[in-house]
Amino acid sequence: MVVNISPAKSDGSEPDLVTTTMGSDSLDTPRKIQRSLIRSDRWFRRIAVGTGLLTLVILALIGLNLLLQSRTAIQSQGWGFLTNKAWNPQQQPPVFGIAAVLYWTVIIAGLALLIAIPVSIACALYLTEIAPRQAQKPLRSLVDLLAAIPSLIYGMWGLLFLQPHMVPFAIWLSSKFDFIPIFRVSRPAYTSSALIAGVVVSLMVIPICTSVIREVFAQTPQGEKEAALAMGATRWEMIRTVVLPFGRGGVIGGSMLGLGRALGETIAVALIISPTFEIHASIVETGTNSVASLIALRFGEADALQRSGLVAAGLALFGLTLVVNTIAAFVVARSRSGAGVDI
Amino acid sequence: MSLPTQTSPLESKRTTSTTTPKDQLLRLASIVASACLAGLLTTQVLPVTGPIPFALLWLVSFIVIYGLVVRHADDALAAKDRLMSFVVTGGATLVLLPLVFILGFVFIRGIGAVSWSFFTQDLSKTGTLDAGGGLSHAIVGTLEQIGLSVVMAVPLGIMTAIFLNEVRGPLRRPVRMLVDAMSGVPSIVAGLFIYTVWLIQLGNQGSGFAASLALSILMLPTIARTGEEVLRLVPGGLREASLAMGATEWRTVWTIVLPTARTGLITAVVLGIARVVGETAPLIMTSFGSTAMNQNAFKGFQSSLPLSVYQLLGNPFAAQQQRAYAGAFVLVAIVLTLFIVARILGNRRPGQRGGWRFGKRKGRNA
Repeated sequence: MVVNISPAKSDGSEPDLVTTTMGSDSLDTPRKIQRSLIRSDRWFRRIAVGTGLLTLVILALIGLNLLLQSRTAIQSQGWGFLTNKAWNPQQQPPVFGIAAVLYWTVIIAGLALLIAIPVSIACALYLTEIAPRQAQKPLRSLVDLLAAIPSLIYGMWGLLFLQPHMVPFAIWLSSKFDFIPIFRVSRPAYTSSALIAGVVVSLMVIPICTSVIREVFAQTPQGEKEAALAMGATRWEMIRTVVLPFGRGGVIGGSMLGLGRALGETIAVALIISPTFEIHASIVETGTNSVASLIALRFGEADALQRSGLVAAGLALFGLTLVVNTIAAFVVARSRSGAGVDI
Repeated sequence: MSLPTQTSPLESKRTTSTTTPKDQLLRLASIVASACLAGLLTTQVLPVTGPIPFALLWLVSFIVIYGLVVRHADDALAAKDRLMSFVVTGGATLVLLPLVFILGFVFIRGIGAVSWSFFTQDLSKTGTLDAGGGLSHAIVGTLEQIGLSVVMAVPLGIMTAIFLNEVRGPLRRPVRMLVDAMSGVPSIVAGLFIYTVWLIQLGNQGSGFAASLALSILMLPTIARTGEEVLRLVPGGLREASLAMGATEWRTVWTIVLPTARTGLITAVVLGIARVVGETAPLIMTSFGSTAMNQNAFKGFQSSLPLSVYQLLGNPFAAQQQRAYAGAFVLVAIVLTLFIVARILGNRRPGQRGGWRFGKRKGRNA
């Protein structure tokens, strides 16, 4: 293997490393610097590429194994696995599916993002543009700390502290706004609702979104910000015309990352919810569910068929988050900002 | 603007503050005015009373009054600017408020429940109704499982980051997308994966090692992703200088890139640990938990702090709940300690002595 280093590009970016095979170089190329990689570098590259490909291997193995192990359940239910609302694998004949569970998963994640995205953008803007310079670093640490608090702690706090405080709010919502279906209740039970789960999940998603968005906002070129200010823009105008457009990729990427996290959130949701397999519109009424918490709550007691069903549910969750994250990756890759920082 | 008189007028110090006394006065006046209005509305006019309607009304009337006042004093642009600044600041407060509540909650509930026996005993001989007993088995389990997953995930994660940012090549883009996708794999799916492979297909029993396999799957993308972001910030000029001096690629990475990015890489590892230290879901199906001490992570079911807390929380008895609070307290304390240690380490400058570095420093190339 020979490495051909092309001359530095006029735009100042790093020269591309083009690999060619020995003997394929033609004579009329203007200038060609050739050096063969020494053995240590060849191994360095091989190991690095191998490690990089490990992710592919792991992801493929996850999909493959979940598919293999969920075969029993899928053979037993067929397409019903996606359309059945009930989850009764012990019944004769067994009937189970993830329609209701999937619905509630999406509802909880949607609620969480609805709260998390505006708050995260505001927090990221505060951290980069408005906070006093000396306070920026400590505040950033606090947001990182929020991201580091385990989901179990959020769930415990949500169950024992937030829920008693949220219930009066939920009662108020349903009494004042019961013309909106999502706030209408069929029975006066307000604990363990999708709203409470959504709020707790949003608290867990906010620090993740914030740190991604903040990082991108912080990479806004200082010169452009100063140019806007020098042209007479107020700080908000500067943010609106320079920082927000520059950070759009980060906002979308951060939100998508948050969505993936919200969809797969397990323990906090499992602690808070009281599982239901019905679909109803109300988000303040008791009873909601999620794929991940279904797996966590049922796994211990499950027999072989149900375990296979739970693995199948996990496969569906895996597929869903994979799609969300892949879309996010495409969006961010298209508008990836802040690449190439140089002296 | 008041000018200091002892210097000549030409050299007077200019005020560089972004707020003027007038701004501050307007803000203060608006706060007072809106508080008065909200108080009047909630006590005299509207049928609703109580602190929460008062706070909401205060907020709304502050936004309206402050906007109008600034608009009157300056112009609409200034009003919009001030209001958006206020909203953004409010959003940031909304993020940090739960932190105070959560830490306060865990601290107040947990501090009374922690005792010496908590760290020295396990639960094998303690009944569900008895006080005493402890979670030493869970603490040992957590340390072993996290340690094992760090050993597995950190080299792979940093190597992936190096592949993404240093080696480059045609596979870079797909691999980065895969790492992004992998970071979105829900923790419970990682647990199910290890369950299907390690337990069902390879026929192993559940153990702490199975748990750490699942945890390292969760840790790897966090380290790789954050690590890549960090390596990208290493100035290309440094790399080029090293290569131009005749250093090989791996030596450039080892002695230039990694030490320069040390701070960020430590943060990446800490974020990775923080991501998994409280992770409960994958443990349900890999290490299963136990009430007795098991120091061997490779054999037999093993408990860990998050798993114990989760299992104890599901228990209706007061003694078990107390133990769960104590466990949560210790878990949060571990997270906090990790976090502070990482900040202190991360804040050291690359050249500072006593820091942790990648390349061993030989005596002569100082």
